[in-house]
Amino acid sequence: MEFNAIYVLVAREFKKFIRERSRLVSAIARPLIWLFLVGAGMSRLVSPAGGMSYTQFIFPGILGMTILFSSIFSSISIIWDKEFGFFREILAAPVSRLSIVIGKGLSGTVVSTIQAVIVLLLFPVLGLNLGLLQIIEVLIIAIALSFCISTFGILLATFYDSYESFSVIMNFIVMPMFFLSGAMYPVKLLPKPLAIATKLNPLTYGIDALKNAIFPVEEGPMSADFSLATDMAVILILSIAFVVIAARLFERKK
Amino acid sequence: MPIIKVENLVKSYGNLTAVDGISFEVEEGTIFGFLGPNGAGKTTTINVLCTLISATSGKAFIDGFDCAKEPSKVRKSIGIVFQDTTLDKDLTAYENLVFHAYLYGVKKSEIKTRVHDALNFVELYERKDDLVKKYSGGMKRRLEVARGLIHRPRVLFLDEPTLGLDPQSRANLWGFITEMPKKHNVTIFMTTHYMEEAEVCDKIAIIDNGKIIVEGSPEELKKTVGGDVVSLRTRDNNWSRQEIKKMFGIDAEEKDGELYLTTGKGDACIPELIRGLGDMVLSVKLQRPTINDVFLKLTGKAIRVEDVSGMSNIKEEVRAYRRRH
Ligand SMILES: Nc1ncnc2c1ncn2[C@@H]1O[C@H](COP(=O)(O)OP(=O)(O)OP(=O)(O)O)[C@@H](O)[C@H]1O
Ligand SMILES: [Mg+2]
Repeated sequence: MEFNAIYVLVAREFKKFIRERSRLVSAIARPLIWLFLVGAGMSRLVSPAGGMSYTQFIFPGILGMTILFSSIFSSISIIWDKEFGFFREILAAPVSRLSIVIGKGLSGTVVSTIQAVIVLLLFPVLGLNLGLLQIIEVLIIAIALSFCISTFGILLATFYDSYESFSVIMNFIVMPMFFLSGAMYPVKLLPKPLAIATKLNPLTYGIDALKNAIFPVEEGPMSADFSLATDMAVILILSIAFVVIAARLFERKK
Repeated sequence: MPIIKVENLVKSYGNLTAVDGISFEVEEGTIFGFLGPNGAGKTTTINVLCTLISATSGKAFIDGFDCAKEPSKVRKSIGIVFQDTTLDKDLTAYENLVFHAYLYGVKKSEIKTRVHDALNFVELYERKDDLVKKYSGGMKRRLEVARGLIHRPRVLFLDEPTLGLDPQSRANLWGFITEMPKKHNVTIFMTTHYMEEAEVCDKIAIIDNGKIIVEGSPEELKKTVGGDVVSLRTRDNNWSRQEIKKMFGIDAEEKDGELYLTTGKGDACIPELIRGLGDMVLSVKLQRPTINDVFLKLTGKAIRVEDVSGMSNIKEEVRAYRRRH
């Protein structure tokens, strides 16, 4: 593994992230819209058990959504790099494909975790009470989930060469992933077929882990669906699988 | 030992054989020109040599390393300037080069000096903090050349380095390219379909339909299509023809009122002609065979119908450019 290369891939992503104001603004605006427009509106209709407001209930889901969008967006930039040629500069270098995948995966992890932290800071506004330990827990989950989704995004990017595919990925992969993740409604309340689809979705486990961390003592329909250990194990195993498969796919020479 | 060695290289895409059993060698410290029309197989060959695609059969070695078996060693010893830009337009020139240095594992303590030197070499130091999207085509190309040198490769591949540049930028870029073997201790492998550019090379191979049809120095190749042609208009063609016959022992051809004589050294015979014929001479023109003539003769077709904007003699343009700067 070439650590120089991994470092510089992350540094490049970070630099571009800081420079692109619009990306930062929309990254912060999206969760706000969901929390305060959708969440507040739905709160009138739905009043979850256990004294929790609907806005509070979707908070882990909105954190997950922030991670989903920012990680995928970062990884999908590989398609832009392919289109504009820069990816050949990376592929022609004496750097193993594994390092490239890990470097890009960590790039997504860094920018996505930053955005998740910004959203996390809203918790007092929502009337949530998080201890330091919980915040650290959320941070660790955010990092793991960001890496998992970023490497999944890299895998997607290996199949597409032009940015026209961006809307396909957004509409047919990212949006369904969001709605079938337990972000907006508890998995255990879903009809069977949807519940199965939800269980195949890596984001589900990330959001469930966040629920575990943010509402640790919750019981009843709004509580987490799996144990924190299960969630983390699934995220870890999937991350490794995505890295290995993506590296293999990049290795493939025509 | 040649620094690049290619043996019977074949690359097929399904039914299409893009590279069809080519062999050649490139000596260290030289400029090797790989010429051919669109779709001849130039880029495909470069991609195999750069280990970006694998060959269907045959072998290729760079600096003694097998391109198929030791790709990582090959990659360390080469620099590439691709046919299409591969710069990150949202980074500055400086950042692009630093990125490259890290990617190629250049020692941290050396990165700064190397990047500065490279930028100075291509005269872009002043613009180093501009985003690449603000660069002109010629500046981008120069930057890519500089980037290709950052990790001190043994061989630099240039795929159509001057494509789409205006004559001034082309001459400017050529100035840098011709300096490189000495200044940076690097061998240049370049492809082009501008015939005039090939004349700067030490050795040329012409490829057509995936096969090398001829190989040699520009002079050798030009000899195969005959020598220089001097054409002149005179006050008295008959008298002049006799004089020429006396001086050079050559029969000048008369066509449309002009005299044409074919000779090995056209430039040397012009002063003699003028001395011998005195004020009988109205005008003299020297036409030298070009690589295009070589290509035309071998394949029966022109390499490319394209206006080269008066860049008929690249060597002179480069010299003129250097004088101006
Ligand atoms: N990935 C590919 N799949 C199928 N055919 C290909 C592929 N790459 C190149 N070819 C074909 O191989 C032939 C040689 O292409 P190549 O790009 O090497 O030509 P070239 O000499 O570089 O031409 P140009 O001057 O236009 O750059 C062409 O017929 C091209 O269509
Ligand atoms: Mg080409």
